[in-house]
Amino acid sequence: MSAPRVVLVDDHGLFRSGVRAELGRQVEVVGEADDVQPAIDLIASVLPDVVLLDVHLPGGGGQAVVQAIKADHPEVRFLALSASDAPEDVIAVIRAGARGYVTKTISTAELADAVRRVAAGDAVFSHRLAGFVLDAFAGGPAADAKPSFDPELDQLTGREREVLRLIAQGYTYKEIARELYISVKTVESHVSSVLRKLQLSTRHQLTRWAAERRLT
Amino acid sequence: MGHRGPFWLRHRGGHGGPLRRDPDDRLGGGVAAGVAAWKGFSVTTVRIVFVLVTLVSAGWGVPLYVLAWLFIPAVGAEANIFSKARNDSGGIRLAVGLASLLIFVLLVAGALNGGWFISWAWPQVFSIAGLALIWRNAPSQEQATLRHLLEPLGAATGDVAPSRRSAWRLVIAAVLMAAGLGWLFSAHASLALLRPLGGVLLVTAGIVLALGPWWLRIARDLALERQAKARAEERVDIASRVHDSVLQTLALIQRRADDPQKVVQLARLQERELRSWLFEGRDPDEDEAELTFAAGVRQIQQDVEATYGVPVEAVTVGDCELDENLSALIAAAREATVNAAKWSGASVISLFAEVEPGEASIVVRDRGKGFDPEAVPADRKGLAESVHGRMARRGGTATVTTAPGEGTKVTLKMPRSMTASRT
Repeated sequence: MSAPRVVLVDDHGLFRSGVRAELGRQVEVVGEADDVQPAIDLIASVLPDVVLLDVHLPGGGGQAVVQAIKADHPEVRFLALSASDAPEDVIAVIRAGARGYVTKTISTAELADAVRRVAAGDAVFSHRLAGFVLDAFAGGPAADAKPSFDPELDQLTGREREVLRLIAQGYTYKEIARELYISVKTVESHVSSVLRKLQLSTRHQLTRWAAERRLT
Repeated sequence: MGHRGPFWLRHRGGHGGPLRRDPDDRLGGGVAAGVAAWKGFSVTTVRIVFVLVTLVSAGWGVPLYVLAWLFIPAVGAEANIFSKARNDSGGIRLAVGLASLLIFVLLVAGALNGGWFISWAWPQVFSIAGLALIWRNAPSQEQATLRHLLEPLGAATGDVAPSRRSAWRLVIAAVLMAAGLGWLFSAHASLALLRPLGGVLLVTAGIVLALGPWWLRIARDLALERQAKARAEERVDIASRVHDSVLQTLALIQRRADDPQKVVQLARLQERELRSWLFEGRDPDEDEAELTFAAGVRQIQQDVEATYGVPVEAVTVGDCELDENLSALIAAAREATVNAAKWSGASVISLFAEVEPGEASIVVRDRGKGFDPEAVPADRKGLAESVHGRMARRGGTATVTTAPGEGTKVTLKMPRSMTASRT
């Protein structure tokens, strides 16, 4: 597979040039933008494989970019980056449609790996995001069952929980596969299924976090 | 600070300079603040003493205060109000003119009416003349305050060019007050109980109508002032936070630039501190008053990073109060984390803690060199006693998975006693 084509969206020029310098050899950086509207225009014209998207942008949250692009270009994939680990940031951008979330302290090798994985259609969870998801889906549905409650979407399976726990402990997909005696492909499908639940579930915790960022 | 004792006795040492009023820190004219700064006492103490003296001396403190205000120059001014007034020939002419005008009015009034009004009014003539002098020579800031205080009088005499609305207000107020007073005086003749009450009501209504908006404005100004002060304080707070922590750390990082591990450690410490202050509203300097499970895990992370300089990635799911079982779990996890930091050689340690309804668990994992569990000498008590022993005594379990070159994973599980979870 050729190197994925990447657009960087971040309002810190310093951060963009840092990422470009570090990732330069492993991915093809085809453009940079520093705000919501320029980013939307740029992405629509160059149609990259992956957009590295800062959660905090001056002209609105990163999710505004995701929402604007998703409608017309569902093939463009987003990997969210943030300096903060506030659950509402993470959940909001994931629910808008990002395929993954990593913190800005991530190492270059891991970031390149995450970009490749998102380009291939997988989900990428940082260990912190895995922690949030476990937290949000903790306990039974009794506490906040809504009329729209759907056990299919609103609860994690035991296996998904195990996978998330291992991600939260810093395991790679390969290590998880070995630990649970399953294939890496199976690990990936568990994570993708968790991502789908994260985006579609109406669990109270998730909607609350999303509402804190005015996203419904 | 080396000054002990209750705050009202605390002596900060005076500034040693000449006595100056401090109009920036004033309730009245800034005299107390000036004395406080001069002699080094708390301004509150000076104010209390002044009030006590005034009470004991049947009010003599007030004229004394006014005299002090007149004779002590404000900070930054060379001359006091009194000496300026003495040299202000224009002002003196104005005062004399004002006084003579008032005397003339009073003479006419006396001829028409006579009696109590005159005897009450004469001292006022001199007061007003004196006030005019003081007014002209007070510093501009204090003039503003005085103007504020005298505003309704000015409005009543047309001095401040009242708008049409406030003119109408004053007319109605005057009519109401006149009617009320007339009613009150006429009530002397009859003994009807309700009539004086009506008079009082009318007078009150008149006063409220005349002065109400002014009082409201004073209250609003005070509120605005308070808001501005709160904003300023917040800014100062943020500035001092940024200075104390972020700038200091940046300076340290510059000085330690040749030691990458130290730099990373400093940056992590600062990041965590700033993050907890910004996003969680927690002051990292404060002790965790109510220690919870998650706070305990955070504490391990913090201490190990600070002591050994190895980053600890902590993820906590759920939270609850600490009881004895969970405290033992935290202590065991701390020991395991410290072991990993000391021996594994790993560049990062992950710490995963989860509270479930039935049990709490912590997993400490590193990708370091690992070890052969069989080969650990019996006298190395770290893992055996501190971790296994601690857990076993409270009904928990500790599992160590390791092999040379494979890293180490310590899984600790502790059943929970029947306390409510706070997930």
